[in-house]
Amino acid sequence: MTCIMAGAAFAAPPDQEQIDRGHKVYDKWCFPCHGTGLGKPGTESLARRGQKPAVLEERTDLTAPVIRQFVRHGVLFMPTFRKTEISDADLDAIAAYLTRNNKP
Amino acid sequence: MKVPPGVSPADFAEAIKQFEGAVGKEWVFTSDDDIALYRDSYSPVWGEPDEPIPSAAVAPDSVEQVQAVVRVANKYSIPLWTISTGKNLGYGGAAPLLNGSVMLDLKRMNRILEVNDKNHYALVEPGVSYFDLYRHIQDHNLKVWIDPPDPGWGSPMGNSLERGGGYTPMHDHFDAVCGMEVVLPNGDLMRTGMGALPGAKSWQQYKYGFGPYVAPIFSQSSLGVVTKMGVWLMPTPEAYVSGTVMVWKHADLIPLIDIFGDLQNSGVIRGTITLASSFWLGVPNPEVDSLRASGSVKDLEDYAARNKTPYWSMPLNFYGPAKVIAAQWEHAKERFSAIPGATFQEGPSYRFPLSAEEQAKIRDTVPLGIPSLQIFSLLPPQSQGHIGFSPIIPMSGEALLEAMTLFDRIHRELGSGRAVLTVLSSFPRALVIIDLFPVERDVEKNRMMRELYRRLIKEAAARGWGEYRTHTTFMGDISNTYSFNDHALRRFHETIKDAVDPNGILSPGKCGVWPKRMRKAQA
Repeated sequence: MTCIMAGAAFAAPPDQEQIDRGHKVYDKWCFPCHGTGLGKPGTESLARRGQKPAVLEERTDLTAPVIRQFVRHGVLFMPTFRKTEISDADLDAIAAYLTRNNKP
Repeated sequence: MKVPPGVSPADFAEAIKQFEGAVGKEWVFTSDDDIALYRDSYSPVWGEPDEPIPSAAVAPDSVEQVQAVVRVANKYSIPLWTISTGKNLGYGGAAPLLNGSVMLDLKRMNRILEVNDKNHYALVEPGVSYFDLYRHIQDHNLKVWIDPPDPGWGSPMGNSLERGGGYTPMHDHFDAVCGMEVVLPNGDLMRTGMGALPGAKSWQQYKYGFGPYVAPIFSQSSLGVVTKMGVWLMPTPEAYVSGTVMVWKHADLIPLIDIFGDLQNSGVIRGTITLASSFWLGVPNPEVDSLRASGSVKDLEDYAARNKTPYWSMPLNFYGPAKVIAAQWEHAKERFSAIPGATFQEGPSYRFPLSAEEQAKIRDTVPLGIPSLQIFSLLPPQSQGHIGFSPIIPMSGEALLEAMTLFDRIHRELGSGRAVLTVLSSFPRALVIIDLFPVERDVEKNRMMRELYRRLIKEAAARGWGEYRTHTTFMGDISNTYSFNDHALRRFHETIKDAVDPNGILSPGKCGVWPKRMRKAQA
């Protein structure tokens, strides 16, 4: 029973509370590199590579596995982030936030 | 399961069980995926047999838990490698020096215990980042500035202990440390300075306490786990003024540095300078590079005059009361005018606090005490990381020219093209050159880079220049160059290490200091 309920919870679309939590975690951990404004090297790097939009919060094509891959494995000058920095639960919340505008 | 060197699998399994008892099962990491998060993302030995990879990681949340972990490590002779925020990229990141070490990850200890804006200090735990401390100060509307290093995700404690630097008048970070709490290798708890007096009212206000002053031996060292640290901060200045001194001849560097040194030691210039030159510093321009290769100083001076590009320029930052800093800048201009042809350019000036609109227009906020990651924007587009060779150079133009010429020649001889050098005044009375190297996920390129790096260490040492800090890969090499009187300093470090940490559990190999039980194997 527990397993079934856990599975159902996992499959359900993220609720607003989870998205709000993700927004806070994103602001703390991701915004300084991937945010808007001057001096955001992650945004600048994605823009150089032709990614549109370059600001992650504006994307509608990111998926939770892709987000997990980058956070836990890094890419180019982006290092890995440990679980003492971004816990698995916080990472799920970031994914909920960054996929909130994806089309079903 | 990977085990630390010299530890039996049975003992390690028992130690892991006891670590779990100390910090909770959730905060002991042993799976391959979790351990991979403790590889150095900017490792110069990535994917090679020598790449140090830990056997486990333990993440305590309190001083008592740190004490418990250290006692378990002592019982089973487990080598621990301590990190604070683990973002010391370019110097080892979140990885150990000794393969198979257990990471002591202090990121969860992230409490800001006090920020005082009357006497301008903070008391922080290791996992607090510069971003965290800045946000706390903003949220509480405190009238105080931090001094961030280039990337703001690091730890004020970790960066100070590694003797890092920033840009505001508080730029020498270890100099700003006042009062530490330290878990010693036997699990005992000690406070330095006034903190040794129970109920002390001035732990963060007077560094030395009474008797021998020991706090510095916990910097760049492996003698304890620092769990609290006082950091002096700067009162929010009324204003900021900036301006650039520009000189047009090669040899002008000599009076430029002499005058700068005098103004710095007099307290007129208090911020860090980043020297600039289209010919010698920063990212190469192909046209200038070919002129440089010709070796003609006159060609370069002609180019400077023709293109109205100063040969050397020195941006200056002034912080304080508006009237005072305006006078300081005027005085600096008078002094630098002694160099024939010197010209000056006014830079941005601000009153504090900045409005959101003003702040949004500033790309590099770090010299204004606002942490950022913008430094990574300056890396080449395909960068996978970097490390720096960073020798301390005397405060003289002659020494700078000699060093820049030498480093550039070595780069060219070993086929890496022109050296990309930065000159900073991060510490009083000396300059530091940062020679930045890319690191890549390419074994052969990294091997060539390490060869070049080791050549630079050797040639610099032969001229009396030593590094202030380095990546774990080169700690032994650099320690070897500090060899006066048959390595008397290292022998002294080892004497202290053996007395304080007889089982050699804390950060073996840190800055070239190995515990007795491993010394022979590392010699």
